[in-house]
Parts: sequence; structure tokens; C-alpha cells
Amino acid sequence: MSTFAYFPHTGEDIKVMLERVGLSGLEGLYSDVPPEFIHKGEYDLPSAMSEDQVRRWFEDMASRNTRLKVFAGAGAYDHYTPSVIPYITSRSEFLTAYTPYQCEISQGTLRYIFEWQSMICALTGMDVSNASMYDGPTAAAEAMRMCVACTRKRNTVVASDRLLPHVLEVLQTYARYGGINLLVVEDVREAIAEGSLDLAGVIVPSINRFGIIENHTGLAELVHELGALLVEYCDPSALAVVKTPAEWGADIAVGDGQSLGVPLCYGGPYVGFMACREQWMRKLPGRIVGQTSDAKGRRAFVLTLQAREQHIRREKATSNICSNESLLALWCTVYLSLMGPEGMRKLNALCYESAHYLKEQLLATGKFSDPFEDYPFLKEFALTPLCDVPRLQQALLDAGFFGALQTPEGYVTFCVTERRTREEIDSLVKVIKEAAL
Amino acid sequence: MRYYDRLIFELSVPGRSGYSLPDSVLAVSPCWTCRPRPGRGGTASAVGSEEIEEFCDPAKFFDSYDSSREILPGLSPAVCRKSPLNLPEVSEPDVVRHYTNLSQMNFGVDTGFYPLGSCTMKYNPKINEEIVPQFNGLHPLQPESTVCGARMILDFMDKALAEITGMSHFTFLPCAGAHGELTGLMLMKEYHVSRGDLARTKVIVPDSAHGTNPASAAVCGFDIVVVKSREDGLVDVDDLRPLLGPDIAGIMMTNPNTLGLFERDIKEIASLVHGCGGLLYYDGANMNPLLGVVRPGDMGFDIMHLNLHKTFSTPHGGGGPGSGPVGVAEHLVPLLGIPRTSGFHGNFGVILRACAYILMLGRENLKMAGPLATLAANYVKESLKDAYKLPIPGVCKHEFVFDGLAEHGDVTTLDVAKRLLDYGFHAPTIYFPLLFHQALMIEPTETESLQTLDAFIDVMHTIAREASEDPELLHSAPHNTPIGRPDETAAARQPILKYSF
Repeated sequence: MSTFAYFPHTGEDIKVMLERVGLSGLEGLYSDVPPEFIHKGEYDLPSAMSEDQVRRWFEDMASRNTRLKVFAGAGAYDHYTPSVIPYITSRSEFLTAYTPYQCEISQGTLRYIFEWQSMICALTGMDVSNASMYDGPTAAAEAMRMCVACTRKRNTVVASDRLLPHVLEVLQTYARYGGINLLVVEDVREAIAEGSLDLAGVIVPSINRFGIIENHTGLAELVHELGALLVEYCDPSALAVVKTPAEWGADIAVGDGQSLGVPLCYGGPYVGFMACREQWMRKLPGRIVGQTSDAKGRRAFVLTLQAREQHIRREKATSNICSNESLLALWCTVYLSLMGPEGMRKLNALCYESAHYLKEQLLATGKFSDPFEDYPFLKEFALTPLCDVPRLQQALLDAGFFGALQTPEGYVTFCVTERRTREEIDSLVKVIKEAAL
Repeated sequence: MRYYDRLIFELSVPGRSGYSLPDSVLAVSPCWTCRPRPGRGGTASAVGSEEIEEFCDPAKFFDSYDSSREILPGLSPAVCRKSPLNLPEVSEPDVVRHYTNLSQMNFGVDTGFYPLGSCTMKYNPKINEEIVPQFNGLHPLQPESTVCGARMILDFMDKALAEITGMSHFTFLPCAGAHGELTGLMLMKEYHVSRGDLARTKVIVPDSAHGTNPASAAVCGFDIVVVKSREDGLVDVDDLRPLLGPDIAGIMMTNPNTLGLFERDIKEIASLVHGCGGLLYYDGANMNPLLGVVRPGDMGFDIMHLNLHKTFSTPHGGGGPGSGPVGVAEHLVPLLGIPRTSGFHGNFGVILRACAYILMLGRENLKMAGPLATLAANYVKESLKDAYKLPIPGVCKHEFVFDGLAEHGDVTTLDVAKRLLDYGFHAPTIYFPLLFHQALMIEPTETESLQTLDAFIDVMHTIAREASEDPELLHSAPHNTPIGRPDETAAARQPILKYSF
């Protein structure tokens, strides 16, 4: 055989190994496979490429995408990634490690997960965080399951229809197949007012899909009176300035860490987070890292409370989750370390300032009205278009912008992060002002 | 590796920071050279200075950030955060040095041999990392016409994985193997429900299955029925037969199974399960030895997942991100889009890396990966079976299981695993599968050289010798790692799960 860069075996090596195994050829390794299942012939796939060819192949593919200036959010936010982050996360000691089962040679991973847990608790105000979930929507789905598990025989979960659409879709999927009675409602307070004894939990957004920072005053009390749990879906970046799930009285906080400097990357990998009050600690799904010490008294970190997990409890586990999004948790941990409390506040102030400026300018074009006057928002907002939406969207695309996402109600949403410059904002407004819509 | 005992919070000094942000987006002209130069005319910026003043007075926002101060003027205090934000205050050099020091307490595939059974820790090619950033700017909700390249890659991957596995089409939504299992089981349920067959509430799982199998089935609302393994480690078809009936939704199989043995009765199993109206699910965690040789679709499987972070070389990242695309046979294709198990399009960045791997290997090298991985496993097994107890002899696939040392005295599998760390190897998977009390599950891959395998074999023999000569050395191992064995009981009894300020 000709050699290949990732396979170290020479013809001689293969011979030596086959001899040890007592076989004369590689086919002998599959003597236990019924012959009819041995794949004959070639895969219908390209022949091997050189590294340079592969690089060019991807450059060609990338050139077929259109680079747009993003004025859209809806669960994926174009925040800046400090250059330190990819530099650190590409260190092979982090990148090429497995799940930290052997803690003596995984203290690096275990320590950053412990830091991540601490930072997620700092942002949300919760007591306990896990090591991460796949993304925000699946974290919400796990929270829904956790509500059912914490309230024992109850099986109804009420979710606000102001959660982002992709969060609702995943909730509905997990509910449908897991046999949970999920009610998606316009008004959560009204839906639970009757006081159902089957109510396990209520899921509301901290900032809803119109960008409005919701006011949940008194909601936790209502939910708790019914013996159910309150779950808040939040944007962790915004939690530096908006009221925390703990301050609202929630039991579980979930959301997507993507807004903590994770690139958009066409939707993933992102990283879900999940944190709860201490009371529910043993029902929390996923990996959890804890602090302890070794025999010499050195501080050490380990995967802990594993009696909740699938490799111990199998079908009785709190969840089936195993691999999560560890490297992305590192990504966000480094991000939050760089930003610190002041950077996070300043970042939010920049987004707030720019988003409010854009909204004013858009309203001034006369092509929109404001359906949510006086409602507080941070970086994302919804307007009622007084023009043709497909033409509006196309005009923006033609000018290199991506924005004006349409909601089912017919609003359009815009989002402005700190990455959008004054020139970009003004030129987006100019496009809309001048386009025949 | 050296011990480094700091947490980022302990480096914090009030007033220090590592961020880089503009003072104001609105007030500052982003392009300094565009400003009109005094006395030379030039181009004026698009917006007049009065207009800027109106929207932003930088001093109002950024002079100081004590948490008691209102930082977002106009935002109702009712929705503002009141509690202090306990994040570290550190400079950029602090951050870089801290995480570099942390990384040096870690072992990765680039550090050394990782014979971790069922985890397929093969080499992670570097080109795969370099191709990703050019896709970073794509928003997941961008219209199709603006993401043609991304869609072409997903289409290519769909075709490539279908060709490699013999399935018809794939969904890329699942973000990990267990997530793939869950998605696949939802499809299984959808299939029966779509036919009005509501009685199929049970899923059969072999006793040798990965723990995720029964856990995924439970999350999907199925009851679990366990089928036993025979003495030879394969699914006991006689035990399976009476379990089959109108309440069975399907069976989850890992083939080769977690003992590394090919389930040679698969044809009969497929025909029995299909005969009772159930479907066959293939757990792709152990797909690596079959690369280029056997296709799950040809064996009669209806649904399967692949772990791109195992078989297709994407880095494991210390526990993710992974990707667990799910493939189905033709008759299930119409259902493929129904379960929406993740937010957008799955872990696109991971799929890119797997795509680069497939292109690099091409059809000719892909078909060598499975046999070379299998050869490596058999070589290690045959070289060590004198010193370690091999419960089931014969040819294995990509991995095999020892039931501890042949002469163990009071030395356990845990002791052997910990002693391996002293010699610069990662430990095998231990105490799994549950069929053997002292299970040591070893999976070399096709990317380990004969020299590396020989070095590992030597060390395993040395450890076997140490076990009889100086068992205490093993009980107290590891000795050369940043920390020794930690007190896990204390960690669970009095959990400390976050830094206290």
C-alpha cells in the first residue's frame, strides 16, 4: 500500500503485526463477519486530496457564501471574539483531550469547568451549574424534564410563546416524545391562574423574542404557590446588566453561551448552560465538577455527583447526556475572564446605545411603527413594518446586510451588537430610507 | 506536567481588566483617516457632530462603572441587575498565562497514546482546524441563497456518510452521540406512530450496551427490556426471541459490541426484530473498525448515528463539542426532519472538520482505516493476553476487554489504570462493560505506530510484574502526575461546585 500521512504503518509493520496475530492478511481480521456483509468495490467518494487541495476546496466553498453585516439576533449574536480565545482553546492539551475521566491528568479541563460553573452561577445568581449542555434550546428541554423530575408525579409544563422559535421547537420535540404535557401560551400568568395540580414548571424568557426585557415581578411566588418550578431562559451576556433569574426568584436558569464571544458559525457549535438552586442539585443533568483534595492535601478537582449519570444509572439517569460542549465552556470562561465585570457592563452599554440609536433612525424613516413603545430593550427590538417585508429584506441583502427577521405576527426584528459601526448603522438606515419598499 | 494551583478568581485585582472595546460606537469615527484634515478640506464623515452629541455623551456612559450606578439610562430599574457581578478582574497576560498553565496539567491525543475503549481517540488532523474560521461569520438564519457553500458542504456530507454507512440520508442536528441516539429513537417512535401503531412502548437493549442506550430510550419515553449476552459475549438470540412481540419498538445494537466482538448473528437478529414489526438502531460509537469493510445499512439497520468526534477524527475538546448525525434507511427518509433536537443546523463547525477528514483520506484511505484499527487492537490483545485475563478469545474488532490482571492478588483494574498514568499513557476505559468485574477496555486506533503500541505493551507487562512484586506501588499510583488520587467521596458528600468569593 502507498503510505498516508495519518497512518504510521509501513508494509513491514503490518507484516509484523499480522504475524503476532497469526493471520496472513488483513481480510482475516473480518473472518467473523458473514461474507455477504463485506462491502465489495470502492466507495463512491472522491479520491484522496492533498492538504493544499483540501484547503482550496474549502476556500471555494466559503467563497460561495455571502458575507453579510449582521443586524439579526434571534438566538445567535454577532459579538466580538477576543483573539486570546482561539489561541487558548486551540492548545492541543485542551483541544485533543477526552472527557476528564482520569482526573490526575485532566486537572486543566476540570479546573476550567469549575471556573465556568462559578461564572455561570455569578451571571445567573444560581447556586449550582453543570459543565454545559449542547445548546440553549436543549438546555431548556432538559430544564423542562427536570421540572417533571423535581415535582415527581406532575407532568405539565407551561412555556411562554415569547421564547425564541428555535427554543420552542426543541421544547415541543422533547415534550412530544418524552410524554410531557407542554402548553405554549401567550400569557403565562393567566394559564396557571386556575392552579392545576399537575403543573411541574413554567418556562419564561428573560429577554423575549421581540427583544423586550420581561418583567417577572411576582411570577415566582405564583409558580411556587402551585408547587411548581420557574425556569428562566436567558442571554448570559445580557445578565451582566438585566435582572438575574435568581433576582426574579427562578429555580433553574438556562440559555445559550453563544453570546459570550462564540462565533456565529452557521449555528454551531454553541454551548448551553444550566444552573439551579441548591435544593435541586441532585436532579441536575450532565457533568458536574467538584473540588476536593488528594492524599497530600493538594487541591484537586473531579467529576462528582456521578450517581445522577447514565454510565452509572443507565435508564434511571437524570438525562442521557454524556459529551457536552466542554471546549466551548472554556471559550466562554476565557471570554468572561477577559471581559470582567466592567467589560461586560460596558459591552452592554454599547449595544444598548447603538440599538436605541438604530431604532430611532428606523422609526424616523416613516417605514415602521413601534408596537412596543416604552418597553425596555437592550440590543434587539421589534418594529411593525409599514412596507413590504420581502422587499425590505431583499434590499438589505443586496446592500450586504442581514436583518429585519420576520416574526409570525408580522413584526420585523433588528439586533445591534458592539461590532456594528456607526457607518454600518447609518448606511443600513440609508438603504431603507432610499429603497422603494 | 506540573501542578499549578490557581483559579482565575484568585488572580483578580479590582480595577484590572483584559477587554478591548471602543468607548463609544456612535461618537467615535471608526476610520480615523476619513476625518477631514484641518485646512485641507477632505471628506466629511457621514454624520454631523450635533447628531452624535444627541445620541451619545461618552462621559455619561463610561467614566466609571461602580455597580450602584445606573449604567443604562432610561432602562427601568425594575428590570436591572442589582447583585454584584463576581467575575475576575484580570489583564490579558494574566489570562493567557493562567490558561496556559492549566493546559499543562492536561493529557491529550497530541500528548500521548490514549487507548480509551469505545472512545476512538485517533489523531486530530490540524488542517481540519484551519478551515473552520472562514465560516465563522455565517448567521444560522441567513437565507439559503447567501449560504450556498455551507449547504453544499452539508449535502456533500449527507452523500458521503450515506455511502460509507449504506444508509439513505442523514440529519446533522444532533450535537453528540447520545443526542444522536435520542434523535434516532424519536424517529423510531415517529415511524410507529405514523403507522397508527401505538402499542410499541419498549426498546430492547443488550446488557453489554453503552449506558447512553437505555438512558436515551428512557428520555424518549420508552420502557427498556434487557437482552442477555451469551458466554461468548454476543447477544443471546434464544434470550431475544421470547422478548419480541407487538409491544417492541425496536432494538439498539452496537456492532461490533462493547467487547469489540462482531455480532455475527446480526442477520438473524435483524430478521427476528423486523419480523415482529420492530426497527433496528445502530449505535455508531463503534463504527471505526467497519470503515471501508462493513456498512450498517447492509446489515439491516434502519436508523443509526455516527460520532464524528470518534470515527471522523474531530477533536473531543475535553468533552465536546461533538456531532452525532443520524442516518436512516430509505423508508424512514420522509420522517427525518420531524424531530427538531437542536437549535439551528447542528454543530456545523464540527461537521466541517469531519468533511476535511473525508476529503483528505479519500475513498482509498478510508477503507484502510477500519482494518488498520482492527489490526492494532488484535496486536495489542495477542501481546498482552499472557499477563491479563482475556475472557473471550478470538479475533476482535477495534477494541477488546481484559478482565483485570491474570495474577492480580489484591491489585485492581483501577490500580493498573492509575499506574499507566505514571508511564505517560492515558488509561483504558475501566469497569465497563459491566459484564466483567475488572474490565479494562482497550482501543488503540489506526493512527498509533507499531513503536507506540510496543511501548504500551512493554509498560503493561512491567505493571503486571510490579503487581506481584510491589503491589503497594500500584495501590498508591499515580506518583508522577500533577495530583495523586483525589478524595472522591468527600467531593460527593460535601459538594464544592463553585468558587466562593
